[in-house]
Amino acid sequence: MTLQHLPALQVVVPLLAAPLCALLRRPTLAWAWATLVSWAALVIAALILTQVLTTGPISYWIGNWQPPWGIEYRIDTISAFMLVLVTGIGAVVMPYARVSLAAELPADRLPWYYTMYLLCLAGLLGMTVTGDAFNVFVFMEIASLSSYVLIAMGPSRRALMAAYQYLILGTIGATFYIIGVGFLYLMTGTLNIADLAERLPLVENQRPIIVGLAFIAVGLSLKFALFPLHFWLPGAYAYAPSAAAAFMAATATKVAVYLLLRFFFTVFGEAYPLPDMAIPVIWIGLSVAGMILASVMAIYQDDVKRMLALSSVAQIGYITLGIGLDSEVGLTGSVVHLFNHGITKGALFLLVGGIALTTGTVTIASLSGIARRMPLTMAGIVIAGMSLIGIPGTAGFVSKWYLILGAIEEGWWWLAAVIVASSLLAVVYMGRILEAAYLRPAPPGQEAREMPLSMLIPAWILVIGCVWFGLDTDLTADIAGRAAHALLGRAP
Amino acid sequence: MSMMILAMLVPLGGAVLIALLNRAPAVRDGVTLVTAVAMFGVVIQLVPEVLSGGRPATDPWQVLPGLELRLVLEPLGMLFALIASSLWIVNSLYSIGYMRGNEEERQTPFYVFFAIALSATLGIAFAGNLFTLFLFYEILTLVTYPLVTHKRDEAAIAAGRVYLLILVGGSLILFMAAVAWVFMATGNLAFVPGGTVAGVLSPLETGLLLALFVFGIGKAAVMPMHRWLPAAMVAPTPVSALLHAVAVVKAGVFSIVKIVVYVIGIENLSSLGAGEWLAYVAGGTVILASIIALRQDDLKRRLAYSTISQLSYVVLAVSVLTPLSVVGAALHIAAHAFGKITLFFAAGAIYTAAHKTKVSQLDGIGRRMPWTMVAFAVGALSMIGVPPTFGFVSKWFIVSAAFADQHFFVLAVIVLSTLLNAAYFMPIVHAAFLKPAPHDPHPHGEAPWPMVVALTMTATATILLFLLPTLPLALARQLAGLP
Repeated sequence: MTLQHLPALQVVVPLLAAPLCALLRRPTLAWAWATLVSWAALVIAALILTQVLTTGPISYWIGNWQPPWGIEYRIDTISAFMLVLVTGIGAVVMPYARVSLAAELPADRLPWYYTMYLLCLAGLLGMTVTGDAFNVFVFMEIASLSSYVLIAMGPSRRALMAAYQYLILGTIGATFYIIGVGFLYLMTGTLNIADLAERLPLVENQRPIIVGLAFIAVGLSLKFALFPLHFWLPGAYAYAPSAAAAFMAATATKVAVYLLLRFFFTVFGEAYPLPDMAIPVIWIGLSVAGMILASVMAIYQDDVKRMLALSSVAQIGYITLGIGLDSEVGLTGSVVHLFNHGITKGALFLLVGGIALTTGTVTIASLSGIARRMPLTMAGIVIAGMSLIGIPGTAGFVSKWYLILGAIEEGWWWLAAVIVASSLLAVVYMGRILEAAYLRPAPPGQEAREMPLSMLIPAWILVIGCVWFGLDTDLTADIAGRAAHALLGRAP
Repeated sequence: MSMMILAMLVPLGGAVLIALLNRAPAVRDGVTLVTAVAMFGVVIQLVPEVLSGGRPATDPWQVLPGLELRLVLEPLGMLFALIASSLWIVNSLYSIGYMRGNEEERQTPFYVFFAIALSATLGIAFAGNLFTLFLFYEILTLVTYPLVTHKRDEAAIAAGRVYLLILVGGSLILFMAAVAWVFMATGNLAFVPGGTVAGVLSPLETGLLLALFVFGIGKAAVMPMHRWLPAAMVAPTPVSALLHAVAVVKAGVFSIVKIVVYVIGIENLSSLGAGEWLAYVAGGTVILASIIALRQDDLKRRLAYSTISQLSYVVLAVSVLTPLSVVGAALHIAAHAFGKITLFFAAGAIYTAAHKTKVSQLDGIGRRMPWTMVAFAVGALSMIGVPPTFGFVSKWFIVSAAFADQHFFVLAVIVLSTLLNAAYFMPIVHAAFLKPAPHDPHPHGEAPWPMVVALTMTATATILLFLLPTLPLALARQLAGLP
């Protein structure tokens, strides 16, 4: 009974909780409510994941209308995995958010923040569970509109500019997506993803289909900031409130990548193999450009949040690279990196946000000598940084290992070299942070203090995750492998 | 619990205690010493089993399919663990004298990272497969970085950059590619006598794989991957002595020897003829580094280039690819460790007592610091390979192996480098004892006693191991499969 309604509850609970949250005018109350809902969402996601892993994909008919006429929620291994990532990050970030946001936002705006956060969460979860291409658009708009607001709430006035930029580019992305879906609907008469996959091979006139795919791919690429469509991202993450930046960096782009996987492999995979459309070439080219150029740009940033944001663009390159490899090993690398990069970058944004609490903007110069004042925060940055670089024993290594194997499998040694060369660039930009924090003398009058435990503990949970998922990959690589297997259309 | 895991946990536990004892320096220094003794005590318990042919192992912990964390002890690892853990005791004694004598700041983190570095070194020594080796290899680079940059001035920061970029860059790009290649080719990263890639890779591929390993393992400082070692000399001398003459650099050549023996396979490599270039690269490094050493006036830099040259002796010995040459390589890891740590101890003692860092300042210093300079002379003789020092024993094996195999290039390199070694060490000894001392406004004697005791101990060990090389020899022969 309730168990069977889990897919609906996953979305409905945060969606309905959001307006209630807006009515709670006391910040602490709103925070408690949003935290409760986040944790409930995590529990639901965990239940769904266990169910999918034991009994296979779930198909849930909204209002009991039979698909393809009604809206179907369809959850398989990879979507369940994404649900756990999104809700898990939400659940970890919320305890952190209370103190962090209280310092960054005026008190009367706090309930609105939590409302928008819940809407964003509902949107992201909806994008993941739904099996309907148009419904995806609806949830995408919910998630996007609320995230524009979250970014605009950032403490400095530049946040408005960043939110505006994201608004324009994000809207173009969503519009492209819906144009693409329109083409597909025109040619097949269906919006249900599973149904689309069945009907596409029957369509004779292929050109509109391919145009539709192109619109969808570009639209989603804008959403997940594929290089060179990433211009909105550094500003958005740098000026958003710290808690929002951590949440979105770890989840929002990842969900857009998930949708791309859906379209590339579930919808088009069978009838339109990627290599026939030169997608691997384009994809690997852009990924490599992102991995190298965005990392180089990160090296020259003085604003640490911008540095991390550009690093995200590079890391998204890793994820799309695995898609371009179009093999089971490569795709496993992609999916596992969705998760591993999510927790790694989430941890880094939370920790840097803790430094921002006392120093305002975080620049390399303002980090001088801060390790003595904030030893635990900096130790966390060191460990998460190692995961970002991909040192063995950390989560980042696991994903890179798969991607390197995928590259070697194709006989592309140069690509394996590029993957590790980009890691080396990460050594350089993380090295700049560590040099400043550990080796430079503190300026006189520096008054940084370790952030409160309510922020430190959530951040460290993710830091420990960076090591844990580097040594025990039953939850991550194992599931990612199954998901990749299923996406490539081989029987599980 | 396995004794191997215990041996690695002891220094980690020590590190925690040291960190907690920040406010009680005397107790903290005592804990360092006790930890070192305890670790050696655990390591030595493993010796009988290995000598009798046992290969203690831990249960594998699977990270990914085919990637397992596992400790397996074999003779070379035993030898390396013995060297590192025994010298850590002496080095701790020396560190206490040095850090106090020079009133260094931040002594607590210094001892903490030192202890963690030793734990990682044991991880390398005990590694039961390539993945485990790679993991601890990276950890060792990262935990020694704070030691290299200990002074926190501009020079230290710049040196730290060189150190990280060459070591992490080499290992992340080349070493990791090699590991991935072995994994793709064989699906197996275990260490197996005879090698795992034998019969799988073509001669050209085997040669390429060997190159990825030799240059990827930057800690072995084979040219052109050697630049980090002179840079690392900005660290306090105890770090240069134990880590950059013993633990870190030996981890490099140890890994190369281990990989050649257990992954590529000696017979495989010699029958494919894919490793001949290695002799030339290593031989070139031996000679070039010696020539550079000759021109260094900074004593520690001269020692660093000497280390680069001596490390390539090990690689050179392996490249002869006979069992006897492997014995020579393994023994040279031990011989160079005892000799070079003595030399660094002496350099640090001179710096502490006389505040001198240059070779040209050492005229007549032997009369003020007789213990130090006699120990220095013993270390120098061991580097040159003159009896009665341990250096003679390893060199003897390398020469015999090269001679038996008619490997004249290797013989020529050894002869030439022996001359060069004499040329850059003997003038120091000569100047110290026979040249008149210039007028010194600040008369000084020996360094603090813990340092003098430490360097006397290692010098004595260098001579004792010449007389009684039984244990290292037995382990080395087992490694090479000789009775």
